[in-house]
Amino acid sequence: MKPLLEIKDAVKTIYNDDDNLNILNNINLTINPKDFLVVLGTNGAGKSTLLDAITGTNQLTSGKILLNGDDITSENLAKRSRHISRVYQDPKSGTAPRMTVAENLLLAKRRGLPRRLRLRKLNDHMEEFQKLISNLPTLDNRLNTFTEKLSGGQRQTLSFLMAIIQKPELLLLDEHTAALDPQTSKDLMELTSRIILEKELTCMMITHDLSDAMKYGNRLIVLKKGEIILDLNQEEKNKLTEADLLQYF
Amino acid sequence: MSLIVSTISQGFIWSIMAIGLFITFRILDFPDMTVEGSFPLGAVTAVSLIQSGHSTLYSLLIAFLFGCLAGFATAFLYAKLNVPILLAGILTMTALYSINLRILGKANMSLTKSTNIFNQFGLDKLPTNFNGIVLGIIIIALIIFLLIIFLNTEKGQAVIATGDNETMAASLGINTTVMKFIGLMVSNGIVALTGGLIAQQNGFADVNMGIGVIVIGLSAIIIGEVIYPDVPLSVRLMTIVIGSIVYRLILMIVLLLGFNTNDLKLISAIILALCLALPTIRAQFLKTLRNGVKTK
Repeated sequence: MKPLLEIKDAVKTIYNDDDNLNILNNINLTINPKDFLVVLGTNGAGKSTLLDAITGTNQLTSGKILLNGDDITSENLAKRSRHISRVYQDPKSGTAPRMTVAENLLLAKRRGLPRRLRLRKLNDHMEEFQKLISNLPTLDNRLNTFTEKLSGGQRQTLSFLMAIIQKPELLLLDEHTAALDPQTSKDLMELTSRIILEKELTCMMITHDLSDAMKYGNRLIVLKKGEIILDLNQEEKNKLTEADLLQYF
Repeated sequence: MSLIVSTISQGFIWSIMAIGLFITFRILDFPDMTVEGSFPLGAVTAVSLIQSGHSTLYSLLIAFLFGCLAGFATAFLYAKLNVPILLAGILTMTALYSINLRILGKANMSLTKSTNIFNQFGLDKLPTNFNGIVLGIIIIALIIFLLIIFLNTEKGQAVIATGDNETMAASLGINTTVMKFIGLMVSNGIVALTGGLIAQQNGFADVNMGIGVIVIGLSAIIIGEVIYPDVPLSVRLMTIVIGSIVYRLILMIVLLLGFNTNDLKLISAIILALCLALPTIRAQFLKTLRNGVKTK
């Protein structure tokens, strides 16, 4: 199987006056199509830096990133967004507050495409958007609501829908349920899992929740001080318990 | 009566500048000090061109384009060279002072030619001061119409998204740098156009006429928002016109009460400060009222 994403010898260094710090220390990682990779690690392990490097928000100090075999290491965020979408931890990071739910979805519908000087066609997409949110009680009938009026859970659900409305080749979830209350977090995680399976998405999800890490995904890696210290496939993962995982922190 | 009509006429014309300022202040969500330089830039450009024999419409077109260039300079400093926006605006504004002096050749110049846009195209047949109102309405309608159309295009939505949440906009592949350039250029173009109009209405251009215009523009925007809160974007553009007229009427009343005209800038700043503080004052008042009811 041809890998979807290959990270080769990735290093990200922060230069200080007295000491240089490798946030990512020679990371090598391959993600295959339809992988649902869960990433665990303590704070400062380099998880978000790794996602930043994949999206192009932050460039690597050295190393390569290949998507479908093409070297995208020097491509900027805008170019990579055609293939890669991301949901952030903070519900406020993924939506435009003074735009309506429908307007946000329309923006996401053209993810990675050039924005032309032609009238947007919001009404043409309303039926599709309505269908998308119809099974979500929290967002139903809220297409014309300004996003700033939504709760954190509703905004995060919208961020997730925006990330998948135009099927991404790679979906990155950066602790996307961490800022939510337990019930909302559980609901969003279930929605995430269902849609990933339905749409056969390739996904990389950072989480601090060990039970979520055990329950979801078909692969698990643990990062520590910028290095991958554990890489398990589904079979290996099934043999572990949460207590076993704890020893890696 | 004539004073009120004159004040309303001023309100209409100045609201055009406030609409330009709205693009940066409310849509892109940052304050742009460039306007204090681009406003006189438009004025000196229009007066110089008219004095050298060009038509009034041509002078306004060039004033608009020069304003766009001023916006480009600020956008370059801010979006390309990462200079903080306040500093970028102040730098351009300072540089424009010398450029304005170069264009005009001196600190101020009167329009000795009798023709200006306020007495052309049949506007001179209107009663005194109504020419400003009619011309203002025509230009405002045109600018608001074009802005609404633009903001409903894919590019316009990208500009709004950039101001609303830059991280999100960038992650959706929107080139936020280009959007900042577009916003700053259009904004300063409109502000310079207003400078050209005001110079023609007043009959002169002065390199110092930009001092305090940002306060005038912000007052119009804020007063409009206080009177009409929570309205859609297209309606908000219209509330700026109402805000501008109300602001001018407040100034007129203040002057009628006998205040010194030298204190005009001070009064302008106080009016804006009061408008900005009004939501907090209102919330405090309501809170006190509620607590009072509970105590009883």
